[in-house]
Amino acid sequence: MSETIIRFAKVNKWYGNQFHVLRDINLDILKGEKLVICGPSGSGKSTLIRCINRLEEHQEGDIVIDGITLGDDVKAIDAVRKQVGMVFQQFNLFPHLTVLENLTLSPMWVSKVPRKEAEDRAMQQLERVRIAEQANKYPLQLSGGQQQRVAIARALCLRPKIMLFDEPTSALDPEMIKEVLDVMIELAGQGITMVVVTHEMGFAKAVADRVIFMDQGQIVEQAPPDLFFNDPQSDRTKDFLSKILGH
Amino acid sequence: MTGLTRYTSEVFAPVAARNAPRNEQGALATLRRHLFGSRFSTITTIVLMAIFLQTLPDFIAWALIHPVWTPDAALCKQAMGEGACWGVIAEKYRVIIFGYYPHAEHWRPLVATLLLLGLLVASCTRALWSQWLVLLWVIVMVAVFVILRGGWFGLSLVDTDRWGGLPLTVLLATLSIVAAFPLSVIVALGRRSNMPAISAVCTVYIELIRGVPLISVLFMASFMFPLLMPTGTKIDVLLRVFIGITLFAAAYMAEVIRGGLQAIPKGQVEAAQSLGMSYWQTQRKIVLPQALAMVVPGVMNNFIGIFKDTSLVTIVSLYELTGALGLALNSDADWRPFKLEAYLFITLIYFAGCYAMSRYSLWIEAQLSRSKAR
Repeated sequence: MSETIIRFAKVNKWYGNQFHVLRDINLDILKGEKLVICGPSGSGKSTLIRCINRLEEHQEGDIVIDGITLGDDVKAIDAVRKQVGMVFQQFNLFPHLTVLENLTLSPMWVSKVPRKEAEDRAMQQLERVRIAEQANKYPLQLSGGQQQRVAIARALCLRPKIMLFDEPTSALDPEMIKEVLDVMIELAGQGITMVVVTHEMGFAKAVADRVIFMDQGQIVEQAPPDLFFNDPQSDRTKDFLSKILGH
Repeated sequence: MTGLTRYTSEVFAPVAARNAPRNEQGALATLRRHLFGSRFSTITTIVLMAIFLQTLPDFIAWALIHPVWTPDAALCKQAMGEGACWGVIAEKYRVIIFGYYPHAEHWRPLVATLLLLGLLVASCTRALWSQWLVLLWVIVMVAVFVILRGGWFGLSLVDTDRWGGLPLTVLLATLSIVAAFPLSVIVALGRRSNMPAISAVCTVYIELIRGVPLISVLFMASFMFPLLMPTGTKIDVLLRVFIGITLFAAAYMAEVIRGGLQAIPKGQVEAAQSLGMSYWQTQRKIVLPQALAMVVPGVMNNFIGIFKDTSLVTIVSLYELTGALGLALNSDADWRPFKLEAYLFITLIYFAGCYAMSRYSLWIEAQLSRSKAR
């Protein structure tokens, strides 16, 4: 566990001319590392992980994913996206396709896997997130927690080296958060690199190797979870933690 | 918790779910509620009833009780004002339906029309949706062309400017719809493209076409376009008119489809991108299926519009159904007074076509809404 798989070197990004959303980000994420990113809204944490699979473009600095430098080269972007799975706050399942079709779409069309094999793979992943019996339903027929687990299974069907989670539980009813976190915790035990934007501090304590706190486009503080929660260094972090843990 | 009373009035007991109460008032009560439920609906009901009672019996008497059924112009003249002259249709239906097409060869447009209608019915049947359908289209289209034009297999040559009536209407509408739809999808995607040149071209095309009435487009296709071509090049007038209608219809339809494209959440595209899908894969598999499903009613509006707009090609001397009606009656002093009856006849034909399309669109909507069902 020493090889860097994601490297941000002096990355800067702006929205328009004015809004400097990422400022001199330097960050090395190791292979197999579980990284949790937290921070107030607008701090750039979502933008940061969306740069990893180039849903957002950065203007300055280098982002290197598993040896591939991200730029305008479409082939490089495709290569990176094949290794990076992503789970969104709003699930973003394809409502016109069944659960199974959601999972087989990319393997069949991007990786050109034969249908039978893609379906086998999909069923394996659905078992993994404990939802195999819903394979032939449409996404909108499922609860939010079930939909998010399908979304996780869909991302896993690409057999990615890296999984990105962008506030995966923020849109869920309280009763459904646990079923999604349980799946994520299980996944964390299996060696995959995970970058998770979340405010679920219980999850951070349970699985994170490192917690990063961002504010105003910068990494303010990073530490292993026990240090981060028990002995935060900056006043900004202390203030943030007191607000989200203070009741 | 001072000042707050805790409410635990009784021991909690779950209430079993039951069905909603049934409406058992019967048909008469329902009718009364709908027709005379409020002062406004009472007034509306009475006014409409009065209008119906004023007009309907007269119309029925004219159309069904006192009409002349036989193709006898003298009898028709006598009955004028009293009864309809359906004899005009018995006398003229072949010209109305087949236009200028040589009289002895009318079986050819008849077969062509039946082939086309059969093809349309087959294409609308779910059980037949497969790649074979494309082959069927090619075969039928070639067959229709060969049968109508002739010049081969011992069939006498009939040039496209003599094609007319219902076959021309169906052929023009079918070809224009089939060509305009994919074009409109491309233009709609193009207008939303990130590439400024492509987006500009599509925008200019849409705005130009929408700024001009179809009649002008047809005039241009028919009269101006040949002037711009190098002398000696001849493009068939039917082909030019077909291209004109297609370009015109596609511009309108593109905007309807763009509306659907805009309604697709950005997250859908991002999810597809994160799964490594290319632009075209994303459009084809994710965006278009959802966007097109949303705009079925609007697109069907355009289809029906194309079907009826084919009647405008008369002004460039192609006598489709409406034009052929004029052809049949204008030059015949005996029958000219009975245009109304003839127009009612082709109204029925147009209505049958439009109504079928509108019902089909409802069926498509029902098919597509299944994935939304909870």
